[in-house]
This record gives sequence, C-alpha cells and structure tokens, in this order.
Amino acid sequence: MNAPVRIAAMSVPRLPRGVRLSFDELRKRWTLQAPERVFVPDEIAVEILQRCDGVATVDAIANALAAKYQAPREDVARDVTEMLQDLANKGVVAI
Amino acid sequence: MTARGLEPPLALLAELTHRCPLQCPYCSNPLALERPGRELDTAAWQRVLDEAAALGVLQVHFSGGEPTARRDLDVLIAHAAKRGLYSNLITSGVLIDRARAEAMAVACLDHVQISIQGYAPEAADRVAGYRGAQEKKRAAAAHVRAAGLPLTINAVMHRHNLGELEAVITLAVELGAGRLEVAHVQYYGWGLENRAALMPTRAQLERATEIVAGARERLKGVLTIDYVVPDYYARRPKACMGGWGRRFLNISPSGHVLPCHAAETIPDMHFESVADRPLAEIWRDSAAFQRFRGTEWMPEPCRSCDRREIDWGGCRCQALALAGDAAATDPACALSPHHAALAAAAERESAAPAPDFVYRRMTVPAV
Repeated sequence: MNAPVRIAAMSVPRLPRGVRLSFDELRKRWTLQAPERVFVPDEIAVEILQRCDGVATVDAIANALAAKYQAPREDVARDVTEMLQDLANKGVVAI
Repeated sequence: MTARGLEPPLALLAELTHRCPLQCPYCSNPLALERPGRELDTAAWQRVLDEAAALGVLQVHFSGGEPTARRDLDVLIAHAAKRGLYSNLITSGVLIDRARAEAMAVACLDHVQISIQGYAPEAADRVAGYRGAQEKKRAAAAHVRAAGLPLTINAVMHRHNLGELEAVITLAVELGAGRLEVAHVQYYGWGLENRAALMPTRAQLERATEIVAGARERLKGVLTIDYVVPDYYARRPKACMGGWGRRFLNISPSGHVLPCHAAETIPDMHFESVADRPLAEIWRDSAAFQRFRGTEWMPEPCRSCDRREIDWGGCRCQALALAGDAAATDPACALSPHHAALAAAAERESAAPAPDFVYRRMTVPAV
C-alpha cells in the first residue's frame, strides 16, 4: 500500500510516475497531468512544482522562492509546505 | 458556441476493440458491438494519435472492449509517448501477466486503471461472467505496481455489491492503488438493459455516500476516491463528457469519431470516420459534434438555466433513452417532466427481486 506523506522542512519532494508537469504549447500555459486529471497550476504553483526535482529540500525551495520574490522567508516556507502537503494528499507529489 | 471560441479537446478515448473476455452486464460499449474484422489497423491508430496530438489532445485513454486484446498495444503506447501524449490504460486486467506489465512500462505507459466487479471472488466473477476473473485482476494489479506504474482501481457498484464497499476500499489500498473510482453503474446501453437487475435502493446509495466520506478522511494521502452519485437519485444531471464536443472525443474500434461512447445510439446522426476526414475537421466542423455543442441547441428549462454552462444539459443519450428525444432535458434533472418517472422506476425496481443479468455478448448483429 501507499503510505501517507507528511511534508517537512527537510523533505525532498518529487513528482511520482504518472504525474507530469509540462508546458502546453498550443494553449500557452503550464499543465500538471495526473491519472485522469489535468490541472492548470498558477504561476506560484509552477515555480514550486518545477523545483520538485527529487534533489531540493522543501527548505531549499522556500529559500529560492523567498529570494526570487523578495518575500519573508517564513511566510514563503509556510505557503510552500501547505501547498505541497495539499498536493501530496491528492497523490500528485511524493517524497 | 462559435468556431472562434472552440477549444481543442483535452482527451481522446481510443476504443481499440470491442473484444473482451468479460461479459459485464453494465458494459459501456453499445449494444451493437463492432466485429474484430472492422477494427482500425496499427498504422491507422498511429495516424490518429499523430492527429490528436497536433489537435491539442493531452491525454489518451486506451480502452475497449479489452485493449490488451490488441497485440499492437505496446506499439501504440510507445507511439503516444513519442507524440508527448499522457497515456492511460483502461483494462479489466485479466490478460496482464508480469511480462505484459513490464513491456507496457518500458513503452512509457503513464497510468493503469483496472476495473473490479466487487470484493468476494465468486460474486465478482458472476458479474464478470468469467470464472477466476477476480484472482487474475489481483495478480494484474500486483504486476502493474511491481513494474512501477501508478494504479487506479475502478469499482463498479450496484445493488449486489454495495454491501462490500468497505472491503472494496480496503482491497484498493492493499493492491497499492493511489486512486479509487467508486463508480455507480451508469444506466445507458447494457446498463439500461439490466437496470432492474442492478439498481440500488436509495438507502444503499446513502450508506455508500457515508462510507466514501469516511474513507476519504481516513485515507487522506493514501487513496484518492472519486465518487459520483448515480443519475437516478440525483437532482441535477452530470456534465456528461464535460459537455458535448467540448473536452473529449471518442473513437470507436472502426474509426468513427464520437462525442461520447454511447452517441451511436442516437438515430439520424452521421458520425464521420478518421479514414475519411482529418480529426481536426471532424472535431471542429462535423454535424455530429456541432449538434449539441454549447448552449444554442437547448430547450427550456435548460436554455435559461443558470447551470447551463455547468452541466451542459446533461446526457443526450439518456434523454433519448428515457424521454424519447435526444434534444430533451436530461431526465436526471428534477426540472425535466420525465424526472418523476425516472425516480419512481429506481424506487420500484430496486425494491423488487432482481432479475437475471443479460450478459454483454456479441450476439446482437453489428451494424
């Protein structure tokens, strides 16, 4: 069976097999495809998902985004963790 | 909807064949099954995949019948991957051994959906009309997971197996599925033929809804559960196929392009073939796709309904089957004059003893 995922600061998130982030050239937008579902992630979600490479920790992702958007690190870390937890609950992100 | 506002389809349901070793009495295939001799060949399907990708399709669902009955399935999966399509296999699982699962994973299949007929093997095998089906499905699920592929279990539920719903959910978790579809039988085609044999009571349905709600909470992050209330006990129709000619297209084994898999039941409609015309033109211009696209075709009360772009008028095939007119309001809607009769039929049939199944067989003469 699959085990529930708890996203923490040192978790290393990745997109599992069956989940695909790609740019839809025809519609000019990013899409996140999962079993029998197609999501259209917003800009921030795309930034986070692109960094779910199985190498970067949640901490590192938050640092990178805080720097890029010049936003308070704690706020970004909280938002990133919340979003990844939500996606993990949907089976779209694994660690 | 104007041609200018028309978006490309998101998904293609490729019905590779109507052959199937199972005989489920609620099969979504039409009563008039297509003979193997009429199936598109490998090259034709490859061309369809090319055209679908160019048209903007993102996901291809290889379905049937039983798609693994096609010997060229791996070739088609690999071809879909080459065109950047996300591929999903919709299968009964009974023909999938370890080698087959591994070959499909190597061909870059993205996801597998295996249907089950319930929990207890004897009862499930009776619904499938195939001895040993449940055992083979469990083995297939294990092979699929061992090959590294993500798995959805599709459990078709009705009056005979709703009492097993908890066990079905547990089984999906044990089999390593990340997703479960608790799919109440849809009463079109074979399902309509077997409606009295399958229709659950309202009490059964309400219990199932509670069980799903509890399981969703309990299994958060382990199992995603999709659940749709069956039309007969609903107040509003479903957006069938996300709206006619809006999101999906379906290609039959012989190459007919359909807005939904049951559309061929509607008389006086001509469905064009991929053999005769480019897919993009059929999607955009064919009379069949334009017939019920958008909201212009709608009668009242749909036309002025504030849900007209939510449910898109529901299901045309159900309107035909139950109201006698494919352009009528879907009787699943409480605003349809036929709704009371629909609800009464469900109450009456589900309370009466269940008749025998009419199994899905290729005995009805194919067109």
